[in-house]
Amino acid sequence: MAQMTMIQAITDALRTELRNDPNTLVFGEDVGVNGGVFRATEGLQKEFTEDRVFDTPLAESGIGGLAIGLALTGFRPIPEIQFFGFVFEVMDSIAGQMSRMRYRSGGRYNMPITVRSPFGGGVHTPELHSDSLEGLMAQTPGLKVVVPSTPYDAKGLLLSAIRDNDPVIFLEHLKLYRAFRQEVPEEEYTIPLGKADVKREGTDLSIITYGAMVHESLKAADELAKEGHSVEVIDLRTISPLDIDTIIASVEKTGRAIVVQEAQKQAGVAANVVAEINDRAILSLEAPVLRVAAADTIYPFSQAESVWLPNYKDVIETAKKVLSF
Amino acid sequence: MASKLKNAELNAKNALEAVENQFETLQILNEEGEVVNEAAMPELTDDQLQELMRRMVYTRILDQRSISLNRQGRLGFYAPTAGQEASQLASQFALEKEDFILPGYRDVPQLIWHGLPLYQAFLFSRGHFQGNQIPEGVNILSPQIIIGAQYIQAAGVALGYKKSGKKAVAITYTGDGGASQGDFYEGINFAGAFKAPAIFIVQNNRFAISTPVEKQSAAKTIAQKAVAAGIPGIQVDGMDPLAVYAAVRDARERAVNGEGPTLIETLTYRYGPHTMAGDDPTRYRTADLDNEWEKKDPLVRFRKFLEKKGLWNEEKENQVIEQAKEDIKEAIKKADAAPKQKVTDLMSNMFEEMPSNLKEQYEIYKAKESK
Repeated sequence: MAQMTMIQAITDALRTELRNDPNTLVFGEDVGVNGGVFRATEGLQKEFTEDRVFDTPLAESGIGGLAIGLALTGFRPIPEIQFFGFVFEVMDSIAGQMSRMRYRSGGRYNMPITVRSPFGGGVHTPELHSDSLEGLMAQTPGLKVVVPSTPYDAKGLLLSAIRDNDPVIFLEHLKLYRAFRQEVPEEEYTIPLGKADVKREGTDLSIITYGAMVHESLKAADELAKEGHSVEVIDLRTISPLDIDTIIASVEKTGRAIVVQEAQKQAGVAANVVAEINDRAILSLEAPVLRVAAADTIYPFSQAESVWLPNYKDVIETAKKVLSF
Repeated sequence: MASKLKNAELNAKNALEAVENQFETLQILNEEGEVVNEAAMPELTDDQLQELMRRMVYTRILDQRSISLNRQGRLGFYAPTAGQEASQLASQFALEKEDFILPGYRDVPQLIWHGLPLYQAFLFSRGHFQGNQIPEGVNILSPQIIIGAQYIQAAGVALGYKKSGKKAVAITYTGDGGASQGDFYEGINFAGAFKAPAIFIVQNNRFAISTPVEKQSAAKTIAQKAVAAGIPGIQVDGMDPLAVYAAVRDARERAVNGEGPTLIETLTYRYGPHTMAGDDPTRYRTADLDNEWEKKDPLVRFRKFLEKKGLWNEEKENQVIEQAKEDIKEAIKKADAAPKQKVTDLMSNMFEEMPSNLKEQYEIYKAKESK
């Protein structure tokens, strides 16, 4: 087994599927010779030729339309949107077109597209590079939305996403790209979409989270353990569809839950998780389910982002409120 | 310094004028049905000429019947097509079966002549998903509602054909308003950059609902927008079936020979409203303008042309009209027989495999629908 960063695990998954399936195509802005601005596609054009791994003109909407057209002719497109803050330019292709192709054609056409894109804060980008816009995707019927938090998960989930016959939005947190290495098998393996992962087991409180906040939550759980609290951390991994069974099983066990997201609090994934818990497990609850989330502002300029972003201290504070309720 | 700037400005203007003056309208058949451009005359057999006329007459009847069926409440969404027959049908007539059509909302006739059964076109109008279940082997999408979205998708279909080594084209349609959309520019630019076999048609019927084409752009023609994408562009008389056919056939030949996409602007006119949902063209068009364009009618000039050649007469015309009426009656009957649309059917078509949230909701709707 190799030690890989998340970006290496992603490249590995892309290479694996480009080898396995001649219909896969990787394309986007600067993904060819340059290997992507984060090197996610490093070396792929050289290995698989420009026919399979290619640069496009600089236009996100065009990239989305290209993916749809290629899928209609039997290909399995893996377009990259260079930063997810640029998604507004390709919103129609994603939310208005590929998400509804199977439905509007009564099952005649399907869109086996995986849209990969970096997102997430904490790395001092200019505007519209760091925003957590996954809630917009999760609110769109017809899409699956995946957010890995570790190198191991990234590879297994990306392979499942590419092989899925419906459109998947695969969001890669910028801060996690090179944050740490992990053992990642060189052979192929898949992690099913729509399945959460219990990243840490516990009995007193469930923290339900995803993306970079998994690591803040784990850190918080370590701290809380020192004070005698046994905290379970659930990594959603797929935020649409939600793995409701895993969430509810955990809440029924612990009786207390908080939901942690990096995105702004308004609407959003965490609100949806809270609502599902209320719908299904209210009688198991010893305390209200609280959220840790960012403020309902535009993503801040980089000098203010470290304060704006939720961190493990915020998680501990909210956890304690629920634990002592 | 100042004089240098002035020269630069003058040169920029010269370049624009030079481009604009290049775009003349291709016409082969004038309003009197006379061939005015023998050199551009496409190679069509007598049978093919008659077939094209038959389709135009048939589609005019289909339009009239669709409007009245809509008024009776027996059809739903409908965008009238009369006036645009040459633009729509002669362009489709220039295609081969394996070519892929990505239509706008008014482009149902091309789909029908490309293989979409008439009853399905009616089901689409009625808002029944079975209208969109395109039969296998018929290479079309259902009409696009987002103006211009089909242009970028056409670039993708064309690139897919190129990558598979298929000798076929993607053809897509929008209107004069659509040529203002970002996706219009991205579509023609992508296809150009990839030298993908696409044909981009702009049916310039002068009004985007009510907004006149003069307000869409400072560009003198829409065809000249091809220049910026580095691809060929041509403006044709969209009321002339032979000019439309010739331009599309020519574009198709270049596309399948690996020479990339073409932009074709067809100058046309819709006699009716934008759609049957309450649009009143008298608010934005004059009767004079309507009359001016009705004189250019594609059926009138093609009929004259064919009659002179002894290829068309009243009897033939009546046969087509009767056939169309009968087919429409049958298709409506077939559409009436379609099973009632269920929400549970729609739920089944969201994903290949239903996720758990939908499974739960499916059971709720199943219970509702079994009551």
